[in-house]
Amino acid sequence: MSLPSDLKSNFPLLSQTVNGHQIIYLDSASSSQKPTVVIEAMNDYYRTINANVHRGAYEIAAQATEAMERARARLATFIGAPSANEIVFTKNATESFNLIARSWGGDNLGPGDVVLISDMEHHANIVPWQILSAEKGFELRWIPLTSDGHLDLSQLDRLLDGVKMVSVTAMSNVLGTLNPIREIADRAHSVGALMAVDGSQYVPHLPTDVVELGADLLCFTGHKMCGPTGIGVLWGRTELLEAMPPFLGGGEMILDVRRDGFTPNELPHKFEAGTPPIAEIIGLGAAVDFLESLGMSNVRQHEIDLTDYALRVLNDRYGEELTIHGPPNASERGGVLSIQYQDVHPHDLSQVLDQRGICVRAGHHCAKPLMRELGVGATARASLYVYNDEADIDALTASLAPAGELFAR
Amino acid sequence: MSGLEDLYKEIILDHYRSPRHHGELECPPAHKTEGFNPLCGDEVSLTFELQGEVIRELLITGQGCSISQASASMMSTAVQGKSVDEVRNLTRQFKAMMSIHEESIGAEDATSKDAKPLELGDLDALKGVVKFPVRIKCATLSWNTLLTGLDELEV
Ligand SMILES: Cc1ncc(COP(=O)(O)O)c(C=O)c1O
Repeated sequence: MSLPSDLKSNFPLLSQTVNGHQIIYLDSASSSQKPTVVIEAMNDYYRTINANVHRGAYEIAAQATEAMERARARLATFIGAPSANEIVFTKNATESFNLIARSWGGDNLGPGDVVLISDMEHHANIVPWQILSAEKGFELRWIPLTSDGHLDLSQLDRLLDGVKMVSVTAMSNVLGTLNPIREIADRAHSVGALMAVDGSQYVPHLPTDVVELGADLLCFTGHKMCGPTGIGVLWGRTELLEAMPPFLGGGEMILDVRRDGFTPNELPHKFEAGTPPIAEIIGLGAAVDFLESLGMSNVRQHEIDLTDYALRVLNDRYGEELTIHGPPNASERGGVLSIQYQDVHPHDLSQVLDQRGICVRAGHHCAKPLMRELGVGATARASLYVYNDEADIDALTASLAPAGELFAR
Repeated sequence: MSGLEDLYKEIILDHYRSPRHHGELECPPAHKTEGFNPLCGDEVSLTFELQGEVIRELLITGQGCSISQASASMMSTAVQGKSVDEVRNLTRQFKAMMSIHEESIGAEDATSKDAKPLELGDLDALKGVVKFPVRIKCATLSWNTLLTGLDELEV
């Protein structure tokens, strides 16, 4: 089975032209495009059942609540979570990490403790720990990289000494590297540490099962998986989430409030203070339905095929003039291609590509410690998703040479 | 590729390929200031020496896109031997050219001094950057860095 070949027609934005060219969107690692079913699901909510949730007894309020909770249940199934109550809605993956750091970290970390992250983390899985570390005085330790862009696990036993939490990305947003989460989780658990996983680049692209991954906590973000912005997820094991104190306080997250204190609500509402982004949750539910209708193993296979094609045609045509960071084989990586072409600066490269309707991202991709390890200030990153095809790769390939000519020294 | 030639004028590419006044002066007596564009990772490092009120010499190193590096090179040519007042005035004019928002304030400011408006010369080639708003920060990086340096010396 493979993906339908006319998938682009499901994404209204992709029929547009920019700068006189049909748009070629190669920046899905930043944010994916949205299929019509997602846009319509959000519109339908506003048109027909817009009301606050978990409050009114009237018909549309009940329908809104039901639609939101149905989305939660679909997300649980999508990632293999044992219970829908383990799905906590947040604003994005960044907020999910801040929740973990504040709530679990605030309760469990102090001088002498260690949190282990890696050199390929997104700032979302770095800075919340740094902020907390400055307050609590625990150590933040880093798993280094091998020269071919994998995590260097050769010293993991030593690195795990004293560690209470390991928090690592399942797939790098710069290198595309897929990390051996199960192996790291097992070794973390063997020293009594918890395992948090950044699934922001993984959940949208591969079949995900939190139990198989061996994770205790998983963060991901809706807008990279065909869903809207403003909605993310924290999944956690029930016992763990139950033991964690609330993060934000306010309405929804309480069972009772008295002058002398409050009683927190049950899971997952304990972590969902205030009116939730109802339309966005419903939109994310529709995105999950859309991805499941494609089949996540088909999504993964499509990306392996396309990444393999891209690596082949780019390397064949440009050879030594082109560096593609990260693992050389499509089977060990996702469809994220950070490229350096001749000495054309990434910013200039993306500008030239933009004139041809090709959207790639130039910059540090919110992974500055990694950029320092790679010894570059920025890369140009082309990233793939369900709607991309070989013609998109061909357009990218054909556009590098003219950029090179323009800036040749 | 229509539009790109407004941005990548030949003279800009020439400054990018062969940056002028490239290098570092010894500090002291020179003063050193560094500037970063956190969004794209561009960096410039300026060393300059004042003689009284005049920039006697200014050298630049850095890494970044063609616009940031060419603008730095052009600036290095434009400010050698100029007085601090002239440099501040030129910077105002340059930034006015870069941004419609600053234009009203900047232009007024620049002409309110009865000193005759300075020639932008080669710098005029950077005018096309305005059509590419995300690149304005690239073009102004070295200029803002120089202003910081002058402020640090309180001149
Ligand atoms: C690996 C990774 N983690 C976390 C994030 C943060 O996602 P968001 O900005 O939606 O919180 C991103 C996306 O930018 C990412 O690629």
